[in-house]
Amino acid sequence: MTPLTPVITAHWDVPDYFTLEGYKRHDGYRALPKALAMDPDSIIAQVKDTGLRGRGGAGFPTGLKWSFVPQNDGKPHYLVVNADESEPGACKDVPIMMANPHALLEGVIISSYAIRAHHTFIYIRGEVPQAIRRVASAVREAEQAGLIGDNIQGSGYNLRVTVHSGAGAYICGEETALLDSLEGRRGQPRLKPPFPATHGLYADPTVVNNVETIANIPWIVNNGVEWFRQFGTEKSPGFKVFAVSGHVNRPGIYEAPLGITMRELLDYAGGVRGGDGTVKFWIPGGSSVPMLTADHLDTPLTYEAMAEAGTMLGTGTPMVFNSTISVVKAVTRWLEFYKHESCGKCTPCREGTYWITGVLDRFEHGAGTDPDMKLLEDLCANITGRSFCALGDAAATPYPAAMKYFRDEFEAATHTPVDETYPSAASYLFTELAPR
Amino acid sequence: MTLAPHQTSVQPVDTVTVSVDGIEVRVPKGMLIIRVAELMGIEIPRFCDHPLLDPVAACRMCLIEIDGQGQPQPACAQTVTDGMVIKTQRTSELAKEAQEGVMEFLLLNHPLDCPVCDKGGECPLQNQAMTVGRPEARFDEKRRTFPKPINVSAQILLDRERCVSCARCTRFADQIAGDPMLELLERGAQQQVGIGPDAPFDSYYSGNTIQICPVGALTSSLYRFRSRPFDLVSTPTACEHCASGCALRTDVRRGVITRRLAWDDPEVNEDWNCDKGRFAFLYTADGRVETPLVREDGRLRVASWPEALDTAAHGLAAARGRAGVLTGGRLTREDAYAYAKFARLALGTNDIDFRNRVSGDEEAQFLASMVAGRRLGPTYSDLDHAPLVLLAGLETEDESPIIFLRLRKAVRSHGLRVQAISAVRTRSLDKLQASWWACQPGNEAWALRQIIDGPQGADALAGLRQPGAVILIGERLAGVPGALSAAAALADATGAKLGWVPRRAGERGALDAGALPGLLPGGRQVTDEGARAQVAAVWGVRSDVLPSRIGRSSSQVIAAIRSDAARADADSEPAVQALLVAGLDVEDSPEAGAFRQALDEVPFLVAVSTHHNEVTERADVVFPSAVVAEKAGGFTDWEGRVRSFGPAIRESSSVADGRILAMVADVMEVPFGTGDVASLRAELDSLTPSTVTRAAAPQVASSAAPTPESGYALLATWRLLLDRGRLQEGEPHLAATARPTEAVMSRATANSLGVANAATVTLSTARGSVTLPLAIGDVADGAVWAPLNSEGCALLGIGATYGSVVRVTGGAR
Repeated sequence: MTPLTPVITAHWDVPDYFTLEGYKRHDGYRALPKALAMDPDSIIAQVKDTGLRGRGGAGFPTGLKWSFVPQNDGKPHYLVVNADESEPGACKDVPIMMANPHALLEGVIISSYAIRAHHTFIYIRGEVPQAIRRVASAVREAEQAGLIGDNIQGSGYNLRVTVHSGAGAYICGEETALLDSLEGRRGQPRLKPPFPATHGLYADPTVVNNVETIANIPWIVNNGVEWFRQFGTEKSPGFKVFAVSGHVNRPGIYEAPLGITMRELLDYAGGVRGGDGTVKFWIPGGSSVPMLTADHLDTPLTYEAMAEAGTMLGTGTPMVFNSTISVVKAVTRWLEFYKHESCGKCTPCREGTYWITGVLDRFEHGAGTDPDMKLLEDLCANITGRSFCALGDAAATPYPAAMKYFRDEFEAATHTPVDETYPSAASYLFTELAPR
Repeated sequence: MTLAPHQTSVQPVDTVTVSVDGIEVRVPKGMLIIRVAELMGIEIPRFCDHPLLDPVAACRMCLIEIDGQGQPQPACAQTVTDGMVIKTQRTSELAKEAQEGVMEFLLLNHPLDCPVCDKGGECPLQNQAMTVGRPEARFDEKRRTFPKPINVSAQILLDRERCVSCARCTRFADQIAGDPMLELLERGAQQQVGIGPDAPFDSYYSGNTIQICPVGALTSSLYRFRSRPFDLVSTPTACEHCASGCALRTDVRRGVITRRLAWDDPEVNEDWNCDKGRFAFLYTADGRVETPLVREDGRLRVASWPEALDTAAHGLAAARGRAGVLTGGRLTREDAYAYAKFARLALGTNDIDFRNRVSGDEEAQFLASMVAGRRLGPTYSDLDHAPLVLLAGLETEDESPIIFLRLRKAVRSHGLRVQAISAVRTRSLDKLQASWWACQPGNEAWALRQIIDGPQGADALAGLRQPGAVILIGERLAGVPGALSAAAALADATGAKLGWVPRRAGERGALDAGALPGLLPGGRQVTDEGARAQVAAVWGVRSDVLPSRIGRSSSQVIAAIRSDAARADADSEPAVQALLVAGLDVEDSPEAGAFRQALDEVPFLVAVSTHHNEVTERADVVFPSAVVAEKAGGFTDWEGRVRSFGPAIRESSSVADGRILAMVADVMEVPFGTGDVASLRAELDSLTPSTVTRAAAPQVASSAAPTPESGYALLATWRLLLDRGRLQEGEPHLAATARPTEAVMSRATANSLGVANAATVTLSTARGSVTLPLAIGDVADGAVWAPLNSEGCALLGIGATYGSVVRVTGGAR
């Protein structure tokens, strides 16, 4: 059994760990002086050597992303932290910001120093005011302690950090839409190229990184490449804050090396809750990645193995569904989410999600047809690769994956309402609250 | 002549070789795939793409296949790279399927109301649905609906359910006009075009959004439900509203103008025009003079053409050598030329002037020296490439709106710097990111001299010395002594190109045609014997037939009539016994009172007019003439570019001024020719442009504006684009989009006038007053701005014009 490896989460049981004092007591801000004594380029090189991959979902190598920023171009550079965690099933960045805001800030300072940014924006999802307050107060603490501001620890390096609240749009997790939103515009993705590395915030070189990615940085600087690479696999090095949710007995955060299997995580999470005690299907990391079944429980949770299994690691926040759950209903709810969150910019996503939800609604009421199944397949194919950004692609993934494993449920939904086959009450997690 | 070679050096461009549908082509590097395909004659369907707007790749209609890329790519946003292998829907199943899929999506929520939609029959969505769409719909769900239409302005109506969210209109508003009050709102399938609460789409260019809308989502109050496209007969025309020179398309339905569109002319208006040019055409219908009229027993009565021609010819012949001709600025160049020729041959006089506005001798000399009969230039293309443009006495958005668009394009595309000598920091200056030189009205000459030799002018002077710099001056400067002399001197000192921008469409053409006291056609001076001989040769007469003494300007003619009435004997200058007046409005004259009296007092008055007006009601003979839409002709725009057009209303029997003059001349037995547009144009084109000796530039010393006494201010004023001009009559929706009529002054001026807390101010002269709401804005201290001719603010009527000193009093709040 792969052991858990608490790093970012190691001291989450310390009641005041979220304060500057608590964080410092547990070796916090020890990487900072070390980093400030280094040449920025060597920090970039170090991060590159660790092979750290972006934890926001796409898994793009972080050091490589940093190296795309043109240096000594005379322009202001920006680091933007993407804390707009909004995907159904994803719940790891908000806990990190709540429990460990200073690790994020230490990572912010080091990363900004590395890419020669003097102003960092932390764009936090608007629906989590508690996280916004917590990060904002951590920034204040750090400012008062001289960790953020002018001439940080006598290094001559200056940095401002601005905490910005989103206004409730999933699309603003897409990095260019986030930048537009941050600039005060309507959040819609930008045409690429040019990419943010050269024309990002205010058309200046910008790195956009996920919260967890940045929170990794202090430990990398402290412990080095070798230490980091002892975790995980060659192509997916390091550890990961896995947030396991759904029908499990102990939902929560489990920090483990990449490459751990879902079966192992399930064990840590106390096994499947409810139903017949088995996994019916699960998603590795948010609704945007295709579902897997119990057959895939031993597939390592790495970027490469997940891709091989026809899905993606995504945000690394597995969601488990037991035997009481209707696949038709789950897919319908996901699509309703995408329809609601489609920004409207491009035709396939805007109109496609509108259409698909209409058809799925018929299936949910037992009124789907055989041609409708082909129609949904066509519609998903017409969205995939044709929409402006990944939101459209994500919206087109749940249905084909569901059809791959659970075609029979859609067939049943051509004559029987889903609520009859899979009564909702059977799925309630908190039976004491369920209507009897 | 319009194709005169342009002085830009052609830079070699880097090219790349690409293959489209198996055909190899070499094209400039960086070109968009969709443009490459267009050049090859391969049409890729599209909605959001527009060549003059930044790519957005939102509609996804133009998806094509590029070898090596797994997914189809938008042709409107991808630039070509060397060796790229592109397959459009013609050769790629992937591209074809992708386009069909997008088309199916686009039609989901689109209502099937083509039979009642204005766009039906000329609709890109309809057309492409026919070629790319599925024969049967698979969509069984409920369509999204919105209440409709909503007004985004008084003129522009929006049917949201027809919208395909291509964002052409919003991008036009933001990128081209710079009026970003039209925006996309909401998200997903609820995304819609909209405006802010109580903030209508306020733009002089709003009509363009209708024209570029690829569906019927945007319509105009004027045209909505008025016609089917296939009932329209379309004619390429030129705009008669200002000197910008827009190419238009005029659509006529059974003899009535129903719609006007901007027509594509990349050298001039590109694809755009202003709302006045688009919507102001209903004046052609009402108040027309329909038959010749002759005065009998003090009253005008209907007369036959022969009777009217006889009467006019008799009266004018009796006044030969003692007649004046006032043509106004609205005539086509051919008609203006006809008046210039008629004055010299039939009336034996040089007393002809097209300027029914503030003018003067300095201006006449300036025009003779710098403008009349010259070749094309500076041009729009010069503005496109200029490093710096200096504006003086010219508010581009109001007075020549296409110049504004072109300047803004250059500002956006290559960082053109605009500097403006102006009494007001206007909205257009802000949109051009212009540096504002606050200048009291009347101090322009001083300000221009400051650039040449003043301490603050060094930066502008250096800027103007850069190759390609342009100075644009407005006709207002004619009223500022020394300003035109200073502008000419500045151009001379720096090498900058100097452009004179008159407001009316016919002014430059009339100038080139010789409708000025000192000029014959082509900028030839009446005092130049050789020049007279050249003109006489074209006219087929002996050169001594042409009068050789410089004639009198419009205000001198008006003054002469009044003094003639007072004194019986004429000494040096002959008395004015007859007037021939073309289509002008007396109230446009800065000396309208004296003009009216002159019309009352002149012994014989002939009016050639499209509409009944103050001239026709005083005339002895009135001839009905054709409006622009009813005749062929041409205008010369501010660049000197000839904009010829044919008749849009071919059913009309109206006669153009030139032909009427020919008929009068015929009765007078004066050799004039047939006066048809083709022969007039041929003669004029042989006379202009010319390379004859020009007059020297004027050298009038500049003087400072007067310092107003306490309680008085200097008046800055010009005509707003949309105001109570005669040619805008009959279109209330257009009038409702006019900018507010208000008096604007700086906080400091308001304080010193003691009106800072007033809700309204009254501007008064000895002849009357106007009361307007007060607004505080960026106006040169000591000055107040108000519109010259807006509803409730006819400043000429109280004898006030640009640079006048007016008394300012506050009204209670």
